[in-house]
Amino acid sequence: MTDHPLSKAALPGLAARYRAESRFKNYGKIAVIFSLAFLSFLIVGIGFKGVGAFVKTEVRLEVSQELIAEYGDDSFTLLRKTVLYNFPDAKGRSGRKAAYNMVAAGAEETLAEKLSMMEGSPSKFDLWLPTSDDVDIARKDGLTEEVLNRFPEVQRAWLISLDKQERFRTRFNVGFLTNGDSRDAERAGIGGALMGSIFTLLVCLVFSFTIGILAAIYLEEFAPKNKFTTFLEININNLATVPSIIFGLLGLAVFLNVFGMPRSSSLAGGMVLALMTLPTIIISSRVSLQAVPPSIKEAALGIGASHVQAVFHHALPLALPGMLTGTILGMSRALGETAPLMMIGMVAFIADAPTSFTDPASALPVQVFLWSDSPERAFAEKTAGAILVLLVFLVLMNLTAIILRKRLEKKW
Amino acid sequence: MLNMKKTILIALAASSTSLIAPAAFAQDQVRIVGSSTVYPFSTVVAERFGRTSSYKTPIVESTGTGGGFKLFCAGPGPETVDASNASRAIKGSEVELCAKNGVHKIIEVKIGYDGIVIANAKGAVNFNITTRDIFLALAKEVPNANGDMIKNPAVTWSDVNSALPTTKIEVLGPPPTSGTRDAFVELAMESGCKTFPKIKALKSSDKKSYKTLCHTIREDGAFIEAGENDNLIVQKLVANHNALGIFGFSFLDQNSDKVKAAIINKVDVSFDAIADGSYPISRPLFFYVKGEHLKSTPSLKPFVEAFISEAATGEDGYLSDRGLIPMGSKERAASIASIKAKMN
Repeated sequence: MTDHPLSKAALPGLAARYRAESRFKNYGKIAVIFSLAFLSFLIVGIGFKGVGAFVKTEVRLEVSQELIAEYGDDSFTLLRKTVLYNFPDAKGRSGRKAAYNMVAAGAEETLAEKLSMMEGSPSKFDLWLPTSDDVDIARKDGLTEEVLNRFPEVQRAWLISLDKQERFRTRFNVGFLTNGDSRDAERAGIGGALMGSIFTLLVCLVFSFTIGILAAIYLEEFAPKNKFTTFLEININNLATVPSIIFGLLGLAVFLNVFGMPRSSSLAGGMVLALMTLPTIIISSRVSLQAVPPSIKEAALGIGASHVQAVFHHALPLALPGMLTGTILGMSRALGETAPLMMIGMVAFIADAPTSFTDPASALPVQVFLWSDSPERAFAEKTAGAILVLLVFLVLMNLTAIILRKRLEKKW
Repeated sequence: MLNMKKTILIALAASSTSLIAPAAFAQDQVRIVGSSTVYPFSTVVAERFGRTSSYKTPIVESTGTGGGFKLFCAGPGPETVDASNASRAIKGSEVELCAKNGVHKIIEVKIGYDGIVIANAKGAVNFNITTRDIFLALAKEVPNANGDMIKNPAVTWSDVNSALPTTKIEVLGPPPTSGTRDAFVELAMESGCKTFPKIKALKSSDKKSYKTLCHTIREDGAFIEAGENDNLIVQKLVANHNALGIFGFSFLDQNSDKVKAAIINKVDVSFDAIADGSYPISRPLFFYVKGEHLKSTPSLKPFVEAFISEAATGEDGYLSDRGLIPMGSKERAASIASIKAKMN
């Protein structure tokens, strides 16, 4: 009598196969845990560092009417006199310098605004003013002895006594989201870079989406299949893997030097990024066109639709969700690029937010890059804050991609 | 699907008009490129200038000194940049390139000095070294007892100089593309290199091999290229107490609670020591203005004037708060006088 083909004796390697299977599953789990650990380490680390950028420290100072009467027209001098009035033991040049360093550069604007809105003239009133970046960071670090050692002797005493009297408070830092770049950390914001990124991505979207989709439709549905189109296809696939800096060089040579587009503008930046995302969009659009069942198009052709009608009325709407997803994924990559923008001058100190496509503009990743290289330590926090904003922007874009796909998806 | 077609058509039309549209961009906005070392100072002046004057805030790009001159020398036209920051003086070859492209009026503006420090973490041992020690520790080839060149054998600092600690030589520094690296090699390595009479004699006889000997940094892992980001070097020093790092004085100034500088040739780095030239590794910082643009970019001249004003680059100017070491008053007065003469 022979053994049953599925009996244990017939399958001597069964236990080993089971073991191999469970080993493989465990390797997979370890890989997932590793990548999750790295990701959470990164996000938690940046989150901890960057959350401080969204809040700022304010200090309560006393403003006297006498000083207003004397210096009311010149808010800068009034601010300096007010600071000295609040720290009467600031003696000598270094003492005065330490006192001025208590409040933020630009705090006089807050003071002037308060004065213009005030009714009546009390002889004395309290005013919350933003502190300098040094004080802000020191307070966020916890005013320990080590932290206080960064300051001159006289300033240490002020910090401790102000903290004891609860004359510090923490407020949401609106300026971080609305201001342009500044070399004063307390004034620096990502508003300009955010606008720059939006302008750049708009240009990029218009160019890469229209050109990419038209190219994909033509290549997939209309182009004859010959050596030339095969050659074209190989080139497009290769272009998708070209390092982004090459596109920057191309943009410099063509858009700036030949077409004479303005350097540092979001127009030139968007077009360079469009070149970079084009291959991605063409490839993903062709794939989604291929995924439409041929029977749909054939049915349209069968009842007398022209080729163009069959493609545009029937195949394209079904392929659109996939095309949009590809486009948005390409856009997300474009959002994070710095290298190509460097060649066309967008990696620059640009204080004013752009208001048109031809204005000089920077972009979010560029801002991260520039701030990370700044000597002032307050910029470390700003860098992490900017990364957080960039991540939120990315998540929003990817969410849009998912929602669009779900909305437009049709079943057949 | 007609709508779809329409949108595509409109989008195409829009994109083609924007292709043709960029015609007149001649804006009155100063454009500056160049050194990443001068960038932190240049941007501060630019921002103040934009805030306090009726002109637009100048745009400052950080392209590196060499890259800056390439853009600067591209031509005299309005689409080219107005000024270039530099952490060294312009080279003869760059002046030639400029002249070839039609840029003839180059105005040099010296803004002050910068020191390069060799630092380690606050809790680590104090270093007191000479430029000769630096050369012996970091050069690719060093002379042996007979004066013949051999591959650098030094592993620990005490191999270089018995007075130094027995820790492994581990120095984090900028890559060759950086102006800081150029200055470090020229000022620290070469000055240590010259202390060997045999090599010094080479300078007049065989300049090329003299340069290779003095300027080549070892590549066996004792010197680690840490990228252009000086903040990163500071972070690494805090984590590794055996390592030393090379970076600009302004970063030391900002992180004085984390890192401390080595004493070099018996001079402790300080503001005054750099200003009076007694600290050996210091260099002048410049920016170069295109004379041809003084008329076509009306805000250029006021910007230069703001840069050389007492309030900015003077002894107590706001740039000194940012770590720039100002010129002495005599040198400054002479430099300003010559710049003003050239601008008129």
